[in-house]
Amino acid sequence: MITLTVNGAPQDVDVDPSTPLLWVIRENLALTGTKFGCGIAQCGSCTVHLNGRPIRACVTPVSAAAGQTLTTIEGLADGGELHPVQQAWIAEQVPQCGYCQSGQIMSAVALLRDNPDPDDAAIDQALKGNICRCGTYPRVRRAIHRAAGSLAADAAGAVAVQSYDPEVRHG
Amino acid sequence: MGKWTRRALLATGTVAGGALLVGIVIRPGDRRGELAPMVTGDGEHLIHAWVKLGADNSVTAIVPHSEMGQGAQSALAQMLADELDARWEDVRVLEAPAADGYANYALAKGFLAGGLDIPKVLVPTVDGAMMTISDFMHLQITGGSLSVRTTGVHGMRVAGAAAKQLLLAAAAARWEVPESELSGRAGQVIHEPSGRSAPYGELAEAAGLLQPSAKPTLKTPDQFTLMGRSVARLDIPAKVTGAAGFGIDARVPGMKYAAIRRAPVFGAQVQRVDDAAALNMPGVYRVVTLEDAVAVVADGYWQAEQALGNVQISWTATDVDGIDSEALFAQFERDMDAALADGDEHTDLALGDARGALARAATVVEAAYRVPYLAHACMEPMNATARVADGACELWTSTQNPLGFRYAVADALELDADRVTVHNAYMGGGFGRRSDPDYAIQAARLSAAVNAPVKLIWSREEDIRQDHYRPAVLSRFKAGLDASGKLVAWENQYVDKHEPAEAPHVPYAIAHQFVHWADSPTHVPFGPWRSVDHSQHGFFTESFIDEVAHAAGRDPFEFRRELLTDAPRQRAALELAAEKSDWTRPLGPGQGRGISLQTSFGSIVAQVVEVTVANGKVKVDRVVCVADPGFAVSPDGLTAQMESGIVYGLTAALYGEIYIDNGAVSQSNFHDYRMVRMDETPVIETHIINSGAPWGGAGEPGTPGIAPALANAVFDATGTRIRELPVGRYDLDFRIEETDEVG
Repeated sequence: MITLTVNGAPQDVDVDPSTPLLWVIRENLALTGTKFGCGIAQCGSCTVHLNGRPIRACVTPVSAAAGQTLTTIEGLADGGELHPVQQAWIAEQVPQCGYCQSGQIMSAVALLRDNPDPDDAAIDQALKGNICRCGTYPRVRRAIHRAAGSLAADAAGAVAVQSYDPEVRHG
Repeated sequence: MGKWTRRALLATGTVAGGALLVGIVIRPGDRRGELAPMVTGDGEHLIHAWVKLGADNSVTAIVPHSEMGQGAQSALAQMLADELDARWEDVRVLEAPAADGYANYALAKGFLAGGLDIPKVLVPTVDGAMMTISDFMHLQITGGSLSVRTTGVHGMRVAGAAAKQLLLAAAAARWEVPESELSGRAGQVIHEPSGRSAPYGELAEAAGLLQPSAKPTLKTPDQFTLMGRSVARLDIPAKVTGAAGFGIDARVPGMKYAAIRRAPVFGAQVQRVDDAAALNMPGVYRVVTLEDAVAVVADGYWQAEQALGNVQISWTATDVDGIDSEALFAQFERDMDAALADGDEHTDLALGDARGALARAATVVEAAYRVPYLAHACMEPMNATARVADGACELWTSTQNPLGFRYAVADALELDADRVTVHNAYMGGGFGRRSDPDYAIQAARLSAAVNAPVKLIWSREEDIRQDHYRPAVLSRFKAGLDASGKLVAWENQYVDKHEPAEAPHVPYAIAHQFVHWADSPTHVPFGPWRSVDHSQHGFFTESFIDEVAHAAGRDPFEFRRELLTDAPRQRAALELAAEKSDWTRPLGPGQGRGISLQTSFGSIVAQVVEVTVANGKVKVDRVVCVADPGFAVSPDGLTAQMESGIVYGLTAALYGEIYIDNGAVSQSNFHDYRMVRMDETPVIETHIINSGAPWGGAGEPGTPGIAPALANAVFDATGTRIRELPVGRYDLDFRIEETDEVG
């Protein structure tokens, strides 16, 4: 039996300790927002946070997470309120098929935690491990800049990201 | 077709006049029939087969297309809601069931015929909610960039307008006022003279009792309230929280997990299996051998995949075991030469006397181009979950063709189609791949074999190696210039024709043209790949026209522009691309720019690419994209699809190659089938021309033009002409200009 904290709640799982965390998350914990894309840490679809750090769950044995704190895409929102990065993703209309987006968002959240105002080079570095076949990269970039702005505004006590109004943006 | 076909259809309709009419009228309160499950609340009434109104004023558009990221479901709902004068915040989408009533012969026809004019009789309308379908067509397909321009234009708009008329008629009866004094606005029927109004939800029940008009009055563009605006996509909120359901997320009580390995050489069969070691591994339930594949069924996917690695499989020998891609290209060349020698070319286009004009030409330019096989590499590997029990099959998957999958699975299991139910989820990418039911059939057969629900997930390696591929193609050109440098003759021969038929055609006014192909079949399975034949022919024709421009000593943009005398829309798009990219602005050392123009799926796209080539590496700096779709239903949605098509095509142009070695695919995963990533993505600027022409597609037209614009830019930067993709095959060093200053 392996115990880990998942999105704030302790969980016991009875699996072979070498099982990749990805399959424990998806099959044992029924948290299907974390996706399988390649199985060899090439695509980033399975990105989750282990003690706040982004990892590729497809190559991380569940034993490595024993006693640790795991956050998945389902654990990002604070109650009913989406994380500012998720709000920015909606505002910029980022997802297309959506399959890689959990991983993209988890990478972006980790980046902004370390670097509240990343430049394009920092975004490239942090996000280049996440493949998107729909080519949402330009919007991922814009959304990260937008989220950085709203996090800064939050820190200053201002109102968070405004609701989506693409007409304004599209001009 | 299988024996189930006619029986299944006769069970749901009546034969009339040689065509099969399937009635799917749902009367208010009618809980029978295949649409009945869609009426979920007491306050809900199906107005007809395309729209449902709720007592809470919600408007549910029932769309017969699946969502793979292209935004079709939202765009279709947007078209319906505009004609209905609904509020966008009240609009929902429900995907139509995999039912014959939603079979879209028009789409199938358009897809196969290249999206040309659709006979109106074949287009689903709300004419008594009857649809005419062929008795052999079970396609409910999403592809060919057709959702908006067929179902949207001919179906959803008509449905929205008809529903509004019913609501107005219901209000007129209730208030005893003339219908002409009523209007719809923001989800309400309004009677201006008396100041009365009522929300649609209040009138839905009465409206549902009336007969919808087959030919309601549609809005003119100046009356649009939603079409032409960038409304928020309906599927996006669930895609940022992990809540969106994809095929791979299906959970069925008691289900097992399966991993599978199919014969690596296409056409080989299982010869011998040693599963003793695998069966001893923890969690393993069964090892199942199909004719051409072996699967392990286990308690978890990881256990199944691990155990599969311990199954010893030998495959039968085939006559293609020694074949590689080079041998296939040599075969193409032989077959093309033979067709020329025997005079049995298949004619695509014959205009004037191309060969005579070539013989008389002052200059003849010749070149041969080739592209490799390509996999789709959807982010969500192929998967399906099946429960076969009691002579019925339930299938949970993500597909571009749910109805086709239903029939294919029924055929494979020898069941009547009405014993098969398909639950379709969001697709984690489609790009054409999810139109082939191979993975769903495997899942169904595995479930039948082990007598339990089975979720089959392909490994990424299986996904890359068992695709249906964009074909490898060889294309040879000859162009003739007269003494003044005018392009007068064009001959093009290629192999492997699929659709759309017009893909190899150029928009340029060339007096003498002969475009033809030779048959050269291979054992590698074909599948439609985003933009289908346009993806390769766009690269061929727009690269070669660039070569011809340079041979004529002309600027490639000006050369094209002068040949667009009969194509004003194309000319306008090309000119805007040149203007927005500042075409004549001088570039720095190692930099280059290239242009392309492609008409596909009813839309025109011109692109200018800027590159920097340094240390033999190509960096794509900027893409200026001009799209004329006739009318952009959602400008932001169209922009997103241009960005998407460009990045998809850029991956193929820079890195994409599936190499056949010893009959099988060499590549296996993203480390050797490389993708463009965030740090390699250029700035993409999209400009839209609403020309007013018939509405075109969005999902595919961005893809064909990027490879040639890129290759032309590389030529501009280095002097190296890219005649084979991917560009990564070339050893590029940028051209060092010898100048006096450098000495």
